[in-house]
Amino acid sequence: MKNSLWRSAADLSALKARAQLLKTLRNFFDQRDLLEVDVPVLARAAVTDPHIDSIVSQVCGESCYLQTSPEFFMKRLLASGSGDIYSLGKAFRNGEAGRKHNPEFTMLEWYRVGWDEKRLMNEVAELIELCVPLSSIETLSYRELFQRHLSIDPHTETVENLKALANRYGEFDWQDGDRDLWLDVLMTHAIEPQMGDGLVLVFDFPASQAALARLDQDNHGEKIARRFEAYIAGIELANGYWELCDGDEQARRLEQDLKQRALLNLPQFPSDQHLVSALQSGMPPCAGVALGVDRLLMLATGTHDIRQLLAFPFERV
Amino acid sequence: MGTFSTNEFRSGMKVMLDGEPCAILDNEFVKPGKGQAFNRVRLRNLNSGRVWERTFKSGESLEAADVMDYDMEYIYTDGEFWHFMEPSTFEQHQADAKAVGETAKWLKEQDTVTVTLFNGTPLAITPANHVDLEIVETDPGLKGDTANGGTKPATLSTGAVVKVPLFLSQGEVIRVDTRNGEYQGRAPRD
Repeated sequence: MKNSLWRSAADLSALKARAQLLKTLRNFFDQRDLLEVDVPVLARAAVTDPHIDSIVSQVCGESCYLQTSPEFFMKRLLASGSGDIYSLGKAFRNGEAGRKHNPEFTMLEWYRVGWDEKRLMNEVAELIELCVPLSSIETLSYRELFQRHLSIDPHTETVENLKALANRYGEFDWQDGDRDLWLDVLMTHAIEPQMGDGLVLVFDFPASQAALARLDQDNHGEKIARRFEAYIAGIELANGYWELCDGDEQARRLEQDLKQRALLNLPQFPSDQHLVSALQSGMPPCAGVALGVDRLLMLATGTHDIRQLLAFPFERV
Repeated sequence: MGTFSTNEFRSGMKVMLDGEPCAILDNEFVKPGKGQAFNRVRLRNLNSGRVWERTFKSGESLEAADVMDYDMEYIYTDGEFWHFMEPSTFEQHQADAKAVGETAKWLKEQDTVTVTLFNGTPLAITPANHVDLEIVETDPGLKGDTANGGTKPATLSTGAVVKVPLFLSQGEVIRVDTRNGEYQGRAPRD
């Protein structure tokens, strides 16, 4: 048989479904008066998050980085006075390839000035409901989610117990005592498979998993991050924050990430000082969320492998 | 031999895990929203045949296993070992019962088989998908009985017992599919 890798991996109906979805998304935001912005994917700074790996490229003799989300540019726009904005474009993450991942993918990200993440969660649900028929919509805190599926409080359970519980769901190649690591294992190996087909919005993550969200205290007195994630059928679809606006705190978190990267022997890329300056000059209080468009399309079309929905998945480029 | 990182893992790749040579069956990339990425990997232990599932942190690596497949000619068995020869170098390898396993019943002298070597020693023997073997014992053939779908057991020259149609007799050479042990037809005459 002749090599057919030149062909589109997506059939015509998948190409049409994608075009339709992009239209639906743009209509949704046009009707709500959000401005579509088109920001660079190539920048001199890279994300510092130790669990996200940027793709490095050589441009005019400089090392540049393909952006893992439009977040930093969008925040610079917000601080420049853009008001509510959305971006529908490509993002890149090195090493992420599989049934639910492609190193280059389509990301929808939007920001609401003056909103917090709770209000934004409702809008996320409204948008998803337009694209995917939903059997139910549930809103649960991270604690409630763990209590429901594993009968434990993720904020107070000992690392030893988390580890012992995780080891019931798989065999692991390491046994170190990083609390968040075992929480992540429980999330991916134990909870996600049991989540059901409806939309589940999870909020109030542990403070140690704050990324760029504001910190707060919940009604148990526990330090939490004002962050949420949207799941359908165990697939993580969106991740949102009540955004950190404090430039000095932002600078500290970037530094902390770089230290963590050094400990893990990960590459040290330049962190985004324009972002720090933007926040220091004053970014309006806002909530923002990023949503994986290819995954939304998987759910909208009932497709189990992202590669069937990409005209040219990584294997064919 | 070098190492493979989790994002290079492909099915069929041979790696060392817990000191055992393993073949990767599949590799699923899993990543929680903001945390550590994992690879959930299923592997077959090539020594025991057992399937293992193991989760790795993405980016970790495993040592490659020195496991290679070679086409070799089966020469003979001395009762304890089975002997194979590489046709180009005439180099001989002996495999024990553990490596030969069930394959023993399909081994006919001078047939070509696949010998999997691990650090130079036979780890597994895989017969060709189809082998031609002589019937050495079966009930007498019923001439003309080709329409009736009945079968009877037949013992082949290697000791294998397969179900064959009623019309076949002792001394005939038949073709068998070694993957399921099913009769395929009379062996084509050369």
